[in-house]
Amino acid sequence: MKSFKFLSVLVILSFLLSACGGAGGAAEQKELKLAVLAPLSGPVPTFGEMTRDGALLAIEEWNAKGGVLGMTIVPIVEDSQCTPDPAVNAANKVVNQDKVHYIIGEVCSKASIPISEIANAAKVVQISPTSTNPSVTVDGNGVTKAYIFRACFIDPFQGSVGAKFAMEKIGAKTAFIMVDQANDYVKGLAEFFEKAFVDAGGTIVGKESYTANDTDFSAILAKIADTKPDVVYLPDYYNIVNLAMKQAKEKGITTPFIGGDGWDSADLDTSAADGGYFTNHYSPEDPRPEVQNFRKAFETKYGGKTPDALAALAYDATNLMLSAIEQAGADDTDKVKAALEAITFSGVSGTITFDQAHNPVKSATILKVTTDGVKFESIVNP
Amino acid sequence: MQSVYKSKKPPIIVTPNSFLAWIGKSLLIIIGLAVIYILATNLFDKPFLFAQNVINGIQLGFVYALIALGYTMVYGIVKLINFAHGDVFMVGAFVSFFAVERFGLHQWPLRVFPAVNPFISTVIGTVTTILLSMVVCVLLAITIERVAYKPLRDAPRIAALITAIGVSFFLEYFGLLGFVFSARFIPYQRPFEVVTWYIKNGIYRVQEGVAPPEGAITISNILIIIIIATIFVQIFLQYLVRRTKIGIAMRATSFDKPTARLMGIEVDQVISFTFAIGASFAALGGVLYAIAYPSIRTLMGVYPGLKAFVAAVLGGIGSIPGAFVGALIMGQAEAMTSGYISTPMRDAVAFTILILVLLIKPTGIFGEPEKEKA
Repeated sequence: MKSFKFLSVLVILSFLLSACGGAGGAAEQKELKLAVLAPLSGPVPTFGEMTRDGALLAIEEWNAKGGVLGMTIVPIVEDSQCTPDPAVNAANKVVNQDKVHYIIGEVCSKASIPISEIANAAKVVQISPTSTNPSVTVDGNGVTKAYIFRACFIDPFQGSVGAKFAMEKIGAKTAFIMVDQANDYVKGLAEFFEKAFVDAGGTIVGKESYTANDTDFSAILAKIADTKPDVVYLPDYYNIVNLAMKQAKEKGITTPFIGGDGWDSADLDTSAADGGYFTNHYSPEDPRPEVQNFRKAFETKYGGKTPDALAALAYDATNLMLSAIEQAGADDTDKVKAALEAITFSGVSGTITFDQAHNPVKSATILKVTTDGVKFESIVNP
Repeated sequence: MQSVYKSKKPPIIVTPNSFLAWIGKSLLIIIGLAVIYILATNLFDKPFLFAQNVINGIQLGFVYALIALGYTMVYGIVKLINFAHGDVFMVGAFVSFFAVERFGLHQWPLRVFPAVNPFISTVIGTVTTILLSMVVCVLLAITIERVAYKPLRDAPRIAALITAIGVSFFLEYFGLLGFVFSARFIPYQRPFEVVTWYIKNGIYRVQEGVAPPEGAITISNILIIIIIATIFVQIFLQYLVRRTKIGIAMRATSFDKPTARLMGIEVDQVISFTFAIGASFAALGGVLYAIAYPSIRTLMGVYPGLKAFVAAVLGGIGSIPGAFVGALIMGQAEAMTSGYISTPMRDAVAFTILILVLLIKPTGIFGEPEKEKA
């Protein structure tokens, strides 16, 4: 009697276990987990929300089309707070507990870098939508991290695009560069601008440095008035742009100024910067159908909220990942990373291919500053 | 045994090493000749650019003069370098910013009497804004003096100096708080539009989008206002110090405080008055500086304050004409450095001047050697 009881319990248990295992196995074949790590709290929660919304919109669209390789995509959203420690915790959770193979995130470079260490070691493919620091995809020895990519161009790339725009669209032959030698962002953009401009046959007629504390640009502006360049390249943040361009206007300097995405701020003084151009990742006013369809879908899903560059890049990063999985033909991170390296992907923020360091080679958007605000000007391909 | 404590150490006699002194002097002469050479070649090469740099330097120099006066007057009377002075300058700029941006004070006559001429309204409104900034800064300076400096009047001078640095940091970092002025760079809304003219065979107004012709020199209305205001302040101060009762009291207090007190002078009030006068000029300087370079932030007073201090030392700290001349020299030194060497070098040049003055003639251009008081 006793042995019968024991046997029956064993039999029932084994049935239960096998049922569990069967159910689990079936789900794994039909679902593809995709982690979205975004700073939903911390210093930049609005960045996180836009990133999450962009990624979820892309996933929803794929699922509506029947998923990827017949699998439904299940997003796992975690708050990584734009801070290294919470980012590491979130990455460990999705990699070890949820067993995801694909990560979209993070927004901030300082969070993306530690996540990339974990992801690369676990052979998990990560695409950061917006982290611009070179060390996100390249380790300390200059070796590219095999499984890590990004969807945005790195900062200095904007310098090359700015030079190309100056020569092709403005017809500039000579340029004057203003640079803050203490700011790596400004220095990087200025160096790449100079290189691209000179390589394309232009002449740099002057290069003047200043410091972030400066308020008086009259000496530099006097030199600009004296050397009469076709364009002035000023890749700094809006506060310097406001001051320098206001003083330039007062001195009757008509040379167009060109800058980078540091100009992109609500505090940019559009009356001072009127007539200037800057490079950016994306503009919601871009008339291309990809952009307008994305904008319409986003606004419909999120109650009229206009998508910004973060949403656009997160949307592109998610689509990039899912397209690569489809091209690879299997849920295998080695094949997916190879597919990404060879991909040519047409997204909202431009056509993307990857270089050796897993940085995208893609077009940039040029915006024009007018007294009525910032307007879309054109797209420049590298 | 007691003599260890009582005996004075023999004074350390520095025998000037004639060889080293000779090297030092010739080095200075070489630097001086190099500066003259660079300036002269540039003057002949591009005289208009040179003239433009001189004008840029004048604008800067006259603003420094307004700040330097406060340093030199306070030093003259209480022998204190008031490092918080540059931050009073910052507060002056912020008060005018709030008055203009939030309350539209620069156009109040037009709102009260709609029939008034807009130009006259702007003039009266701007003067009111400046006066408001001056009043706020005067109250601030008197408070600082009463709270931070007065209790230390008989303490060693180093204690008062460190307190001044503390007050300066307090104003800067209190201002950085989000609910005070915040850490942002704030675009300054001017009470009136800056108009620029260019000089070439006559004076013409610069039109937006039209470049002035080759070889033209530009000047602006703010430059003229700064020059007039500073000269007016200088004359007013000379009159105040030389001809009025309070001026005599100030000079007496500066000369010998205990005796002045015995003579019936309210020394504390005279000192407060000196702080107030200095602060009002700093406020005026702050408003004019913000109009000329229209971006303000909490740390905007640090560099102008330090450079005005160098100007005061260069001119001879304690001397009012010295502060003025020193500031003009500093303005030119900065404009020439950024014009002919590079902009980031100008701070280095400014502080090199300070070191050279302290090494060669610590009393400055107009300063008298200080007599040791018994």
